[in-house]
Amino acid sequence: MSPRHLHPGLNHPRSPEAEQAEVGSSVFGFWIFLMSDALVFALLFAVYGTQVHATGSGPHPAQVVNLPSALLQTGLLLASSYTFGLASLALKFKAERPGLASAWLCVTLLLGLAFLGAEVHDLVDLYQRGAAPQRSGFLSALHTLVCMHGLHVATGCLWLLVMLVQIRVMGLASEVTSRLMRLALFWHFLDIIWVGIFTVVYLQGARL
Amino acid sequence: MNDVAAYRRTLRLYTLGLVLAVLLTAVSFAVVGLTALNGPGLWWVLYGCGALQVMVHFRCFLHISLARSHRHDLWLLLFSGLIIALMVGGTFWVLLSQMARMGG
Repeated sequence: MSPRHLHPGLNHPRSPEAEQAEVGSSVFGFWIFLMSDALVFALLFAVYGTQVHATGSGPHPAQVVNLPSALLQTGLLLASSYTFGLASLALKFKAERPGLASAWLCVTLLLGLAFLGAEVHDLVDLYQRGAAPQRSGFLSALHTLVCMHGLHVATGCLWLLVMLVQIRVMGLASEVTSRLMRLALFWHFLDIIWVGIFTVVYLQGARL
Repeated sequence: MNDVAAYRRTLRLYTLGLVLAVLLTAVSFAVVGLTALNGPGLWWVLYGCGALQVMVHFRCFLHISLARSHRHDLWLLLFSGLIIALMVGGTFWVLLSQMARMGG
């Protein structure tokens, strides 16, 4: 058996050829969207890079960074990426048990919500310490970048919730599986952006 | 059966991704948190680990590889990389030069 890969992410070679090609083209279309989204994030990173020394009278990067919280958020998001992988596996190989995929998706959703909770807690803490977005160019750039990612994760959580309802109502119909494949790409993509954020914003910031 | 082998192979790929990502993250946080390194060495390790981890995620979680059937995804990824390098590099070039000319 030589599995044919038609699109990024886990392919489902057991569905009929024509249906698989259609799913392949919609997943590839979503991949194009993700690449343009990557461009948006890359430019927000560039803006952050040009503003990182523009602290004005506000706090410096090292005074803003909370490393233990960044580590916690990194762990939560990485764990959620892995559990989404397990959900994709369950969808592909244990399709006769939709409950298994749903269970892993629920775990992923909880980890995603925990990540958002930790991030919001961090941002509120910054605000209370006087590191609000309007304080300096540096803080504006930092909040824009981090909140843009957080907004994506929140959208992903909403999408996950919708998919859990769809699995419950429609079962693992081919549309549902195809949507879940796109959501998987979106979720793994957000974890890649987070690698950039914790490296550039948190770890680099702690030493600036 | 083939399915069982494919299941195990894919599970191994995800688990390998998780283990490598945890290791690289741990190294990144350790060199910063333990103040073990300073100067250019620190930035090389930090950005090296970050770049490696991005590649691990692409390979293990998004299943992008150099195999023939993956080519379109890979070309698009490389093209996006080129556009990103041009736009990010250009932003730094123009803005940093402007800041230097304005005296700070």
